[in-house]
Amino acid sequence: MSILVNKNTRLIVQGITGSAGAFHAEQMLAYGTALVGGVTPGKGGESFKGKVPVFNTVKQAASQTGANASCIFVPPPFAADAILEAIDAGLDLIVCITEGIPVADMIKVRRVLEGQNRSRLIGPNCPGVITPGACKIGIMPGHIHHPGRVGVVSRSGTLTYEAVGQLTGLGLGQSSCVGIGGDPVNGTDFVDVLRMFQDDPETEAVVLIGEIGGSAEEKAAEYIRHYFEKPVAGFIAGTTAPPGKRMGHAGAIISGGQGTADAKLAALREAGVKVAPSPAEIGITLQSLLK
Amino acid sequence: MNIHEYQAKELYRQYGVPVPRGQVAFTADEAAQAAEALIGDKSSDVVVVKAQIHAGGRGKAGGVKVVRGVEKAKAAAEELIGKTLVTHQTGPEGKKVMRVLVEEGLAIEKEYYLAMLVDRDTRRVGVIASSEGGMDIEEVAASRPESIHKCWIDPAVGLMPYQARDLAFALGLGDVESKHFGRLLGALYKLFVDEDCSLVEVNPLIVTKERSLFALDGKVSLDENAQMRHPRWAELRDPNEEEATETEAQAAGLSYIQLDGNIGCLVNGAGLAMATMDIIKHYGGQPANFLDVGGGANQEAVTQAFRIILRSPSVQGIFVNIFGGIMKCDIIARGIIAATKELGLKVPLVVRLQGTNADEGRAILRDSGLNIAPAETMSEGAEKIVRAVNEGKR
Repeated sequence: MSILVNKNTRLIVQGITGSAGAFHAEQMLAYGTALVGGVTPGKGGESFKGKVPVFNTVKQAASQTGANASCIFVPPPFAADAILEAIDAGLDLIVCITEGIPVADMIKVRRVLEGQNRSRLIGPNCPGVITPGACKIGIMPGHIHHPGRVGVVSRSGTLTYEAVGQLTGLGLGQSSCVGIGGDPVNGTDFVDVLRMFQDDPETEAVVLIGEIGGSAEEKAAEYIRHYFEKPVAGFIAGTTAPPGKRMGHAGAIISGGQGTADAKLAALREAGVKVAPSPAEIGITLQSLLK
Repeated sequence: MNIHEYQAKELYRQYGVPVPRGQVAFTADEAAQAAEALIGDKSSDVVVVKAQIHAGGRGKAGGVKVVRGVEKAKAAAEELIGKTLVTHQTGPEGKKVMRVLVEEGLAIEKEYYLAMLVDRDTRRVGVIASSEGGMDIEEVAASRPESIHKCWIDPAVGLMPYQARDLAFALGLGDVESKHFGRLLGALYKLFVDEDCSLVEVNPLIVTKERSLFALDGKVSLDENAQMRHPRWAELRDPNEEEATETEAQAAGLSYIQLDGNIGCLVNGAGLAMATMDIIKHYGGQPANFLDVGGGANQEAVTQAFRIILRSPSVQGIFVNIFGGIMKCDIIARGIIAATKELGLKVPLVVRLQGTNADEGRAILRDSGLNIAPAETMSEGAEKIVRAVNEGKR
């Protein structure tokens, strides 16, 4: 088993004819993901590289292909609309890769998500979700992953690749890897993913990678302390980041004395999470928990 | 993106949030004219001259002057314009005052605190109000948490009248003041949403002796992600308030932040870039910058990144840490070679390439004949650059 995506996931890509959408749609096809359709308004009836039909709307795409998941590469001004269209079409899983969506748009999207219980949004501003060997939805390099029993959940992109690379190098495969994204308002947080890993019999242990800013890691620690039964290795990026400076994306900022790495590390340790002493030791820290 | 107080108050005025009459001035003469117009036939000749910088704590630093008459206003402006103000938010280097806001003086009966911001926990716009106005809200939160009142706004229905009433009662406002407060709060929320704000702060919000409410100070932070639907934001930007290098990096698609150390970092991805700073520190070094080249950087962006890093005189070594996903390592390698050929390489350079096309990238660097130290892992790379920089110092 795995979480969120597997061999039965049938994917459409919204924004499939754009440059990023097209490139990654090909990569996902090459990985073996069941990519069954694409959506670009006005280009319905065309074919993507002769392999996948393109539709005008998500509803058409879903009803004609039986898709249950979408990966969104729509530019920031139109991304919230694309997410809402996917929710309205009743897709189970929506992965939004787009970076730079206005926070006001995401507040509205979040409100709609909370009023229904069918669709789950991962992201935005995230690398996506992968169940190695079965299904890749997103932009992560597929070849560094290997099927196995370690779950990975992270707010970061490339730092997740780093951690996965370390795990694979140590012979530790992954059950599923989920990038929840770096934005202040997103669809799925650490606790949501930890709940799924808890219920997944094939996930034996979890790597959790956080960043400075917000309090998502503290909430994760609280959940782990009370409910999570599997071993967790953790890392928080930004121990050396100065307050008041936004590190790359909207989420990563220490402001008003909140969101510091120290507070997050303390919360994780208190919850029994083994914290990696450096970002180069995330893999071996997890390995030490399995022995 | 932050804007000046006078710009924030202009927005307040447009949306119906009452503010004192006032005028921005770039010179002492302009300030005198502004003061003259304000005093006019009013019974009071009190005006306030306020330094306009993007930092709080101006009052304590001597950046706000309450004076009587046109001449005194001119003198106050003369003193402030060109002066460097150091407040608890500017850092020790301070900020140079280029303009002042000249405002009418108002008779303050009581001061309150009011703010709206995007609350990550509830994923809604939150309102914070306190009867302890004019003070640092973090201090109030620590010393008198019971004086802080909050509510959260459902984006589907907006701010409801009962929420404004709740806050007004909690603040202990009278009936006249409560009605004013309800209107003011509604106007502020409309401004927050329509102008894509991430923070709006009114500290203090005052009640005058005439039982009117005014936003005596105004702070507005705008959500940069929404810039595409606000073309007029370009005019609100003050380049003097922004780090020139950071702005330049942004134009090249790079995210760069200058730090105090001596090891320059070039990394793809914000999380990995922060982790690279962390691991340099872990091995006893000091990062000179945060630099994320982004997901789809080309050769030119890498060269530009090197230019920016090498411009800082404190840089004594560079660590390139790339985990290629979308980013292809051979492109990074070509960018590194182009940059070193153009700029010369007088400091040690350690390059760690991993992920997509890593072997090609490493081969390109090896065959270049340049003095580049390769590293397999990020710990090996960090250790190598810290050692090289330390040896260089001896």
